[in-house]
Amino acid sequence: MSKTDLTRRGVLRTGAAGIGALATPVIFTGAATAASHTGFTNAPTGRNVTLGFNVPQTGPYADEGADELLAQQLAVEHLNGEGDGGCLNTFSSKALRGNGILGKKVTFVTGDTQTKSDAARASAKSMIEKDGAIMINGGSSSGVAVAVQGLCQEAGVIFMAGLTHANDTTGKDRKANGFRHFFNAYMSGAALAPVLANEMGRDRRAYHLTADYNWGWTQEESIVASTEALGWETVETVKTPLASTDFSSYITPVLNSGADVLVLNHYGGNMVNSLTNAVQGFDLLSKQVNGKDFKIVVPLYSELMATGAGRNIKGVLGSMNYNWQLPNNGSKAFVRSFGEKYGKPPSNSAQTCYAQVLLYADAVERAGSFNPCAVVEALEGFEFDGLGNGKTLYRAADHQCFKDVLVVRGAENPKSAYDTLEIVEITPVAQVTYPPDHAMFGGRSATLGSCNPGA
Amino acid sequence: MDSIILQVLNGLDKGAAYALIALGLTLIFGTLGVVNFAHGALFMIGAFCAVFLQRVLSYSRISIDESQKDFLGNPLKVETPFVEIWFGPDVGGSIVDWSVPLAILFAIPVMIAVGFAMERGLIKHFYKRPHADQILVTFGLAIVLQEIIKYFYGANPIPTPSPEAFIGSYDFGVMLGFDANRIIYPYWRMIYFAFAMVLIFGVFAFLQFTTFGMVVRAGMADRETVGLLGIDIDRRFTIMFGVAAAVAGLAGVMYTPIVPPNYHMGMDFLVLSFVVVVVGGMGSLPGAVLAGFLLGILESFASTTWATTTLPGINQIIIYLVAIIVLLTRPRGLMGRRGVMEE
Repeated sequence: MSKTDLTRRGVLRTGAAGIGALATPVIFTGAATAASHTGFTNAPTGRNVTLGFNVPQTGPYADEGADELLAQQLAVEHLNGEGDGGCLNTFSSKALRGNGILGKKVTFVTGDTQTKSDAARASAKSMIEKDGAIMINGGSSSGVAVAVQGLCQEAGVIFMAGLTHANDTTGKDRKANGFRHFFNAYMSGAALAPVLANEMGRDRRAYHLTADYNWGWTQEESIVASTEALGWETVETVKTPLASTDFSSYITPVLNSGADVLVLNHYGGNMVNSLTNAVQGFDLLSKQVNGKDFKIVVPLYSELMATGAGRNIKGVLGSMNYNWQLPNNGSKAFVRSFGEKYGKPPSNSAQTCYAQVLLYADAVERAGSFNPCAVVEALEGFEFDGLGNGKTLYRAADHQCFKDVLVVRGAENPKSAYDTLEIVEITPVAQVTYPPDHAMFGGRSATLGSCNPGA
Repeated sequence: MDSIILQVLNGLDKGAAYALIALGLTLIFGTLGVVNFAHGALFMIGAFCAVFLQRVLSYSRISIDESQKDFLGNPLKVETPFVEIWFGPDVGGSIVDWSVPLAILFAIPVMIAVGFAMERGLIKHFYKRPHADQILVTFGLAIVLQEIIKYFYGANPIPTPSPEAFIGSYDFGVMLGFDANRIIYPYWRMIYFAFAMVLIFGVFAFLQFTTFGMVVRAGMADRETVGLLGIDIDRRFTIMFGVAAAVAGLAGVMYTPIVPPNYHMGMDFLVLSFVVVVVGGMGSLPGAVLAGFLLGILESFASTTWATTTLPGINQIIIYLVAIIVLLTRPRGLMGRRGVMEE
């Protein structure tokens, strides 16, 4: 039988020594981490680097968010040298080699924006502070993009926006740490106007129904400006509550207004419902007004909206950032990679997220650093090709991508569930380019500010 | 004048939807005394009965067409609905085309079963609990139901068109001596209004002219006394819950060609329907119908350009404004009964 001499003093001494021994490596590790964190937020110290994908996983845009997430996961695979490499094979920059970013394996965490600015900020904050995300990407709303972009600027990480179409994102709310690959409302107007003139003539009277929030206002402003420049008259601009589901009481006044074109500045569920009401219900497309066929325009299309609206989109013109039917090599490589993995073609929100992740990784490689200020410098004025949209420029003055814009139309006879939209015209970039101090983009008072590396 | 007529027509079909949902809601409140926040979810489930049937009827045989390519360049998979194979393209196509009206027959037993399951499985345990508990549990149930639907059908709206024969609109203006296209109104909305009227009068007739309805009405007035007469009033109230669920579900089925259904559509209607019930008077069936139409028409007029220019934002607050005015001047609502929700 053994005897143990347990005394109060002995226990305290042993305990203190033990705690000290356990604490020592923690203190040293902490000191080492602190040393390598100097300079910028979430500098990667181990063998991995973490990206934060902030997409709507719940709420009305959850399907769009799911598509974005698929593309982001695919981008991570390609960066880590898995799969067929996708656009790494067609990207004009050859800095990416499929060995992660700067030799570090890419991992990711996800957040749910819920398509609410406060929830999106909270999820981005959590990914930055708790998970150590060094870059945030994704989203399906301009309100969310502006809110998260502001947060990333404060936190000192890079924000590579997802689907955001309002002029303000790279207009009055532009930030040095934020970058937008997606096109904007001004570009939609500039691309659509000549096609509208061609197909509908210059003597038209337009009636606008506009979702009553920031994106709707900038879209309306852009389309009104571009169509009035054509010679069209704007009969009325009516704001509709974002929560509206039945638009009949907004559509009936169109009939008596003398307008012969209805412009639906709506997105998502709003667009699906208003277009369904106008076409299937009130049968506007079969009417004749002012001796002309009545027309409807949806300035911003997405594949999911087209699916939701069903046959009501037939013949209706709109614009897109990207469509899987684009015949260039970058697009073909991306569609093949995405399609073989997921069994469907990518949406334009998926493509913008995929491109943004690769663009960020490429900028880090070219800069040779994860430091956000080095990344900003590498992205500013960067010209590239091979990611699906053709030749593209990341303009230094406002961090907006400039590339060709697609004018599309609801297909008359789709062969499958995926070709509901057909490309009418690829509008050259020169036609949609504007000066950085354009009045719709905050004028001369809009500035990027300084890059913030955080830490 | 033409725009006034148009907004009245708009208000009638909008009001018909409000009235149908509020009717079921107030029926449940009047019989079981339960504030059912899952009632909007019943409307949504009804709509998805139409989606489900449409998908079942469109279930297809897949054949490979070598002459066409899919997005990956592989031979295209062509889908042909089995009903078209079995009955020929014309008859089969018509069956698919008429999926929404056919869904009425499908939705009735489904919705009654859902109503029974909801009442027997969960809500009956909360009869004697405070209204706050009932609201919490039914609201939670509504969220669970909508997430189940989202899991199976996604978040995106699903196009569920009316039969081809009812697409388009009727020109009332020409009939009334106006120019063409001044007062047009969609066929399906007219059908929706007529359907709502039949359903509303059907429910009233059921309660007014049947022995079952008489017992239910007696139970609504004095549950204890009816129970003392040896009548199993609880069983009848459970059946009424099923009836209310079916009314909400049918309202949902018929609404799908107006607004493509999505998992959240029940919540969009829920708050409005509660306002309708409160304005009409808690537990009052005629009050719910009257308030539904009244608020539908007012909402339509508040959405006119003239109204929104004169009072910006009036379209978003009109219903709540009316609710405040009614509650200040008639606290029991337009046709509320003494003693209901007053203890």
